[in-house]
Formats: sequence, structure tokens, C-alpha cells
Amino acid sequence: MQQFLNVTLTGLTQGMIYAAFALALVLIWRSTRIVNFAQGSMAAATAFIALALIQAGWSYWVALVVALASGFLLGAVIERVIIRPVEGGPELNAVIVTLGLFVAIQALIAIVFGSSFQSFPTPFGVRGFTVGDTTIPVTPTSLYVIGSVLITMGLLVALFRFTRVGLAMRASAFGQEVARLLGVKVGRMLTLGWGLAAVVGSLSGLLIAGGGFVFPAYMDSLIVFGFVAAVLGGLDSPIGAVVGGLILGLALNYVSGYVPRGSALVNITALAILIVVLLVRPGGLFSSATARRA
Amino acid sequence: MPEAHGSTAASAGTATVAGTSLLDVQGLTSSYGPVRALDGVTLSAQAGRITAVLGANGAGKTTLLRTISGLVRPDAGKVVLDGEDITKAPVEAMVGKGMAHVPEGRGVIAELTVDENLRVGSLFRGKVPQSEFDRVYDLFPRIAERRDNHAHTLSGGERQMLVIGRALLAQPRILLLDEPSLGLAPRIVAQIFGLLRQLVDAEGLSVLLVEQNARSALSVADVGVVLNLGKVVVTDDARTLMADEGLRHAYLGF
Repeated sequence: MQQFLNVTLTGLTQGMIYAAFALALVLIWRSTRIVNFAQGSMAAATAFIALALIQAGWSYWVALVVALASGFLLGAVIERVIIRPVEGGPELNAVIVTLGLFVAIQALIAIVFGSSFQSFPTPFGVRGFTVGDTTIPVTPTSLYVIGSVLITMGLLVALFRFTRVGLAMRASAFGQEVARLLGVKVGRMLTLGWGLAAVVGSLSGLLIAGGGFVFPAYMDSLIVFGFVAAVLGGLDSPIGAVVGGLILGLALNYVSGYVPRGSALVNITALAILIVVLLVRPGGLFSSATARRA
Repeated sequence: MPEAHGSTAASAGTATVAGTSLLDVQGLTSSYGPVRALDGVTLSAQAGRITAVLGANGAGKTTLLRTISGLVRPDAGKVVLDGEDITKAPVEAMVGKGMAHVPEGRGVIAELTVDENLRVGSLFRGKVPQSEFDRVYDLFPRIAERRDNHAHTLSGGERQMLVIGRALLAQPRILLLDEPSLGLAPRIVAQIFGLLRQLVDAEGLSVLLVEQNARSALSVADVGVVLNLGKVVVTDDARTLMADEGLRHAYLGF
């Protein structure tokens, strides 16, 4: 029982991080129909900015805020300067551009920050709380991870649902031409969308780094998991991305926790889930594709 | 609605009598790749009138509207709105200049609710009083009932009402409509055209309408322009065109 709780909680915590990363992919896919393969490298870059600040003596929280802000800037600038020319063109062009960015940013990180493994701090402990004599498998760090992702998602939902900018962003995502005819500055909304997506991606990068090591390619596995989570949810649906992330987090942890030598099977499991979803429900679990066509 | 554009609305109102031109298209030439869709089109839409551009499929009607609102950039020619050359103005700026374009296929944003669709139409104006939304809902009670439904659940007629209502929230001086009757039952077409007539007569709205359904369009329009293979064949009073049997047979198919 204790082990089950442990594995489940670890799964949920990791799932939250996958969910955040998947959400970043979904935000970009929804607005520009581009799968941003550079998302991981962009997040890694902001994590290294945070690390540099922490090593220079700033607090974790200052570093976090600066990293998220630089993530926003990075996302916005990349959209405006590099992605804009390939938007609306052949899909392959955009794919190649983001793949190129993925490699280029990673190389840039190695040049600026070095390519060695560096430990990344976490603001909270990783030991479980104790109630009486028993240690429950809830750690302050897992609460921090789950809480910060939930807060971020809540803020995004509020932005999209209740603000005028959010409405303009949704209109731009779903009906670019109509939105332009209605006077919405669609280009600006797409830039903003990429910026916000990069913030969420950056958050996932900082959370997964916490208490572990970072190196220029440390986000590579998260790209795979985040992508699987996003496809699981339908690539189009923010809620789907979150649910997909949680399902994937749980599935991977159950495999590594219960299957003999399961930790070696984690990557294969993720890809197997991806293949099964694409075979059985190519639109994802939360596909809005039918609504779209109507 | 007229109170917000004040003096312009007043001048549009008096123009019904004088027949001054609000939108001028001069020698407009546009292509889609190698295909020339418009070939030196010149026409004008007068203030406080309904101008109907008619013609068969492929006559260039949709391209005409898309070029006017900047979605397609012309190879030659000018678009002048109330004396201002808007040929090179950005698409996003057109609605602020008083021109609302309801595109082909109506342009409902299916993923948003009815109410959200309306709100998008007023976004560029900043904060808009609720009374203006209520007024649109009064004009179209059928969409009022469905304001919290997603727009993809609406019927064709309801969608057309929604997009016209949405365009009205932009307080346009001129409304560009691309085939509003397409796929709608005759009764709904009559209802929508009747409402347009009412808005034009009572509030000085101007309409530039492109339609394949020439009979319905001419019955509501003041002026008809017949387009064929990207060229204007004839421009005349709608009633005169309706009476010209030879022309009707040759170009309008009824």
C-alpha cells in the first residue's frame, strides 16, 4: 500500500510536469498549427539563466521569475522573427525550422553555460512529511510542483475565459482570417501566445530540473513525454494536455515501479502509448476535430 | 447604433437622397496566382443604399470583396472609402475605418459561443455597453436563445444572423456581405434581406452585397452591378436590371 501511494504520488507529480510541457505544445499548436520541437531547448535555456542567477547568489524565487520572464521574451521573439515567415506555409517548413532551433539553442547553451552536468537546487525538501510516526509519501517539493502547475493553469484558464485579450487570442487561434476582418491584431496575439507557451514550457523545465542535474540536453526526454501527453489529449485541447500528462505520468511510474526492470521500459512504454493512441483514437482522447469540421 | 459615429451617420442619412458614393473601386485588377480574377473593375457603393454585385460562380465576386478589404492585394487599381485611399491599409484596420466584411461561408468562429462571437466583433472598439449586445439579440431573437451555445451548433440561418449581428457591433458605415443567401431556405433569405433593407432605410447603413442568387438580391438592392469573368458588364438601377430579360438570361440565370 505504501509503495502504491508512493508510486502514484510520484506519477502525479511527474505527470503535472508533463502536463505543463504538453500545455505549452498545445498552446502553440492551437494558434499556429506548429509543433514546437524547440520547446525543450527554449525551456533549458531559461533553466540555465536561472541557474546562473542562483550561482551568483540570488534566491531561487528571483531566479524563477527572471527565468519565466526570459522564457516569455524568448518565445515572443522567436515567433516574431523566426516563425512568422513560415507561418501558414507548408507544414514541413515549420517543422524543419523548429527542429533547427532545437539543435541551435542547445548548442548555444553549451557554448554559453558549458556542457557539464550541474546540480539544480529545489526550494523545498524532498523528504516526506511525517504524521505521528509514519512518513507519508507527500513531499514539500511534490506539493510545490503540483501547486505551481495548477496555479499556472488556473491563470491561463482565467486569461482565456474572462479577459478581452484571452478572447482575442482564442479568436485568432480558431479563425485567423475572420479575426483580422473583425479588427483583431492577429499577429500580436500569436506572438503573445508563443510567449505564454514558452513561460509554461519554462516552468516545466525548472520543475523537472529541481533537485537534479541540468545539462544542455536535459529536456530531451521531457520533449518526448510532453509530446506523447499532448497527442494523448488531442494536441488541440488544453484540458486534454493536462489529463494526458497525468495519465502518462502515472502509467510510466507504475511501469517502473511494478514491472521487473521496469525503469528500462519507461521510454518504450511512452512510445507504445503514443502508437496505441494514434491507432485507436488518432484525434486523441479529447479531440475537438469533429466540432471543428462542423 | 448611429449615435456613435455621429456626423458620419448623419451625412450617410442625407446621402440616401443625394446618392453620394461611400466606397469607390477604381480599375481594380487582382489575380490568384496565374489566374486573373478581377480585370479592371470599377464600381461604387453609395451611402445609404444596397449595391448588389451579381454574377455566376467564378465571376470574381468573392475576390472583389477580398481585395476591397485587403485579404487579397490588387495588381492594379484603387479602393477609396469616403475619400480615403485604403488600398494598402492593413486588413485589421478596415473595420476601424467603418467597413465590416462578412466573408464567404459566413465566418462564424465555431469554437466560440454565440456571445463570444459577438464580443469578438466589438473588441477593437474597447468597452462596449451591454445595451448594444441586447440590441443585436433583439434583432435576432433566435440567436439570443442560443447565446451560450457553441457556434458550431447553429443552423445556417442562425449563423448568418450571428455574423450580421456581429458585423453591426462594429458600427460599420458599410457592410460587405459575401453570398449571405448561400444554402439558406428562401424564407430565411427573405427575412435576412428584409432586415438589411430596414437597417439601410432606418439607420443609413450602406451595403455592398455579392450574390449568385440574383433574383433575391435584386429584389432588395437599389443598384445592381453585373460581373462576368472579372469585368463589369453593366451597372444600373436594380429595377431596370430586373426588367431586362435578355441580360437576366445571359448573365443572371433566371
